Amino acid sequence: MEIIMSVLIGLLFMAAVYLMLSKSLIRIIIGTGLLSHGAHLLLLTMGGLSGDAPPVVADGVSVADYADPLPQALILTAIVISFAVTSFFLVLAYRAYQELGTDNMDLLRGTEDHE
Amino acid sequence: MSLVFLIFLPIIAALFIPLLFKKIGQIHTGWFVLIVPVALFLYYATILPTTMEGGTVVSEFQWIPSLDIAVIAYLDGLSLLFTLLITGIGALVVLYSIFYLDKNREQLHNFYVYLLIFMSAMLGVVQSDHMISLYLFWELTSISSFLLIGYWYTRDRSRFGALKSMMITVFGGLMMLGGFVLLSIMGDTYSIRELVAQSPELANHDFFMWALVLILLGAFTKSAQFPFYIWLPDAMEAPTPVSAYLHSATMVKAGLYLVARFTPIFAVSGTWLWLVAGIGLLTMFWGSFFALKQKDLKGILAFSTVSQLGLIMSLLGASAAGFHVENAAETAFKYAGFAAIFHLVNHAVFKGSLFMVAGIVDHETGTRDIRKLGGLMSLMPISFTVAMIGSFSMAGLPLFGGFLSKEQFLTAMLTLTEFDLFSMDAWGILFPVIAWIGSVFTFIYSFYFVFHTFAGKHKPDQLPKPAHEAPAGMLVSPVFMAVLVILIFFIPNIVGDWLVKPAVAAIQPFLYNSPAEVDVHVAAWHGFNTELYMTIGIFAVGGLMFWTLRKWQRSYEVFPDALTLNRLYDNLMFLGDVGANRFSKTYMTGFIRSYLVYMFSFLVIIVLGTFVLNGAFAIDFANLAPIGFYEIVIVLTLLGATVTILASKSRLTAIIALGAVGYSVALFFVIFRAPDLALTQLVIETISVALFLLAFYHLPQISRKEERMRFRFGNAIIAVGVGVTMTFVALAAHSQKALPSISEYYKETVYSEAGGGNIVNVILVDYRGFDTLFEIAVLGIAGIGILTMIKLRLSKKEGQHENK
Repeated sequence: MEIIMSVLIGLLFMAAVYLMLSKSLIRIIIGTGLLSHGAHLLLLTMGGLSGDAPPVVADGVSVADYADPLPQALILTAIVISFAVTSFFLVLAYRAYQELGTDNMDLLRGTEDHE
Repeated sequence: MSLVFLIFLPIIAALFIPLLFKKIGQIHTGWFVLIVPVALFLYYATILPTTMEGGTVVSEFQWIPSLDIAVIAYLDGLSLLFTLLITGIGALVVLYSIFYLDKNREQLHNFYVYLLIFMSAMLGVVQSDHMISLYLFWELTSISSFLLIGYWYTRDRSRFGALKSMMITVFGGLMMLGGFVLLSIMGDTYSIRELVAQSPELANHDFFMWALVLILLGAFTKSAQFPFYIWLPDAMEAPTPVSAYLHSATMVKAGLYLVARFTPIFAVSGTWLWLVAGIGLLTMFWGSFFALKQKDLKGILAFSTVSQLGLIMSLLGASAAGFHVENAAETAFKYAGFAAIFHLVNHAVFKGSLFMVAGIVDHETGTRDIRKLGGLMSLMPISFTVAMIGSFSMAGLPLFGGFLSKEQFLTAMLTLTEFDLFSMDAWGILFPVIAWIGSVFTFIYSFYFVFHTFAGKHKPDQLPKPAHEAPAGMLVSPVFMAVLVILIFFIPNIVGDWLVKPAVAAIQPFLYNSPAEVDVHVAAWHGFNTELYMTIGIFAVGGLMFWTLRKWQRSYEVFPDALTLNRLYDNLMFLGDVGANRFSKTYMTGFIRSYLVYMFSFLVIIVLGTFVLNGAFAIDFANLAPIGFYEIVIVLTLLGATVTILASKSRLTAIIALGAVGYSVALFFVIFRAPDLALTQLVIETISVALFLLAFYHLPQISRKEERMRFRFGNAIIAVGVGVTMTFVALAAHSQKALPSISEYYKETVYSEAGGGNIVNVILVDYRGFDTLFEIAVLGIAGIGILTMIKLRLSKKEGQHENK
């Protein structure tokens, strides 16, 4: 399963990078969303996908059977932070639309006298 | 101890100058300044008897003892000679400047502060025994010289000259620092004395040649040797007292001092001999040749300074030959070192007086253009006499000090032809020949300087001011120096015994134990020999050529301006500027895509390169979790959603598909037994998609036109590269686990230590609560940021846009 997941993560990264290299601002943000999904899945996969029980103490489950809780805690933190950054970024893009009237990254190149 | 602090006396005095200038305006500030060099000169003169017996005075101040950095004042014959020149000529120059600079029109406080800083720096250079403090003072001379050249900072030429001299001398200074560091590594000491003591071992060290070349670069740039002399003519924009002091008598001799000081260490090398003597002689010829092209009095003097510095440099190089012959004290090589120092003294005296005369002419007629001047002999008789004495000494006529040193120069150059090491026997004949030609041109430009200014026809209509003799005060210093020029001719051996021989003993410590052993007796008349015939030849040919000067001087215009070294320097500066600009424009495109391409490409190259070079890639099929049906379904869903994002024409579809990806990831979390993650992921994905839709809704009308993302091959290559890299990283990381997980501890103690059942939540708030604290901070900051972005509209309130 880990090998399939690794390939899947690779494909997610591939799509994310391709989107980030595009001209449209909203596609770039979609790309960063895909990138963080890939990173979260990578964290989970690297912790190991084996383990039969969720990491909640229950009677009759031996210690070895719990899924690794540490990557889950790390991913939870990462999800929240990437959400904060994404929402900030989205509002920034929204404001940029409002003020500048474009979402084409090739047009957002500083001012003329900045050459 | 006190000697070290005497170096800083001028700087301390400089602190009071602005106060004196502002408070006591009716007295020219220079009078207060004059006390400093006079007092220092008198004090240092009392050390003369010590150095005449070969004694030295050392005084030390520990500056940074832990790094072995100290300021060490070490006075031997060589240092004392320079010290006396600096303070003595410094006093005369200050006296001259009192009458040259007007106390009401000029910013005297700036001038004298810079000048006193320079004096301290120069004293530090010549007295330092510690290489780091020597470098410190060396750069201080560059900086104060920069300030003095740019003294009239409202003029373009002054700023250009100041910048040029700064660039070149600081370049050399940094090279020299490199040489010093290498030397200190080689000898494990910063002290020059100690390095000299262990010089025989240093010659075999790997760094020896590097240190030699780097230190010579420092000396050549400072002393305006070929091809670095170009800053000196442009430094003539400085006030004339500065030119007289810095650019003829003291600072430009710092390089000579450096060469003389390091001769005992480097003279064993043939490279040293060839470079110092060869470059020196080339500079001597070059400077004297192009001096005749100049139209500006100070320009002539600048080139003549270059030429004379080259002469002294070549003599210092020749004195290095004395290290290679047995019983050098009995051969003619002994003349080289003596002649170098003797001419150094001569040059300081006569060049100082000549600059002052040029300043007087400028001051009293309003121009320094030699084509407008002429016939001032009867109007300015005293200046004329001084100029004549100085020029004749420079030309090497009998009755003046320059004659003696020129005779010895020719002797030294002739002796080089007999030298049979380092292929000197094959090429040595060039030395006296070039020296002779250079001397002929020296003779011509000396006469050119004095007679085209003072003789000939007076042209009052071309002069901005009616010419008349300078005030007495301005004449005191040049007259004093002119008297010295003649005195040196009549009492050369007193000068030799007091000043020159102790210095020679310091340059050649392995030859002489004390100055008294330097067996050189200067005599104006030394019989009919080759030198005398050469001198007569110089006078004859030089006189003839000077007489016909007007006929052939135009041939100088044949030399194309495009091939001069100045043009080379300008082009280098221009290329550095434009080239750097062009280079950064090639990769600083302003497109975010370009920068992302750089970053991703380097990521791929570095990571894949590491895999290949270190053989870090591995794949391990053990310990894999089983593949289940649901997992496969979710994988396919996720892939389908991803492809939809890439292929969709509408952005709305892409946003929905991104939501699908997020929910699939949440399903993964369910399947892989992470309930908290699944919850969070579902909620957050919902909010994110809502936000995406909000941003989509506000797209401006113009760009609402939907279009499919165009396929771009370059982007695809990079994307595939990153994807493959990440897959490899994931596989390799999974396959090579070095240590077991720390999670066993959390699983075992979650209830007993923390009293909780949900291990993930306990980790978040108990074991690793700090992460959570700052993750909350991140959310808070993002919230505040979003609020401010929406609420703050400064640009609209002011009715103008920052970027418009």
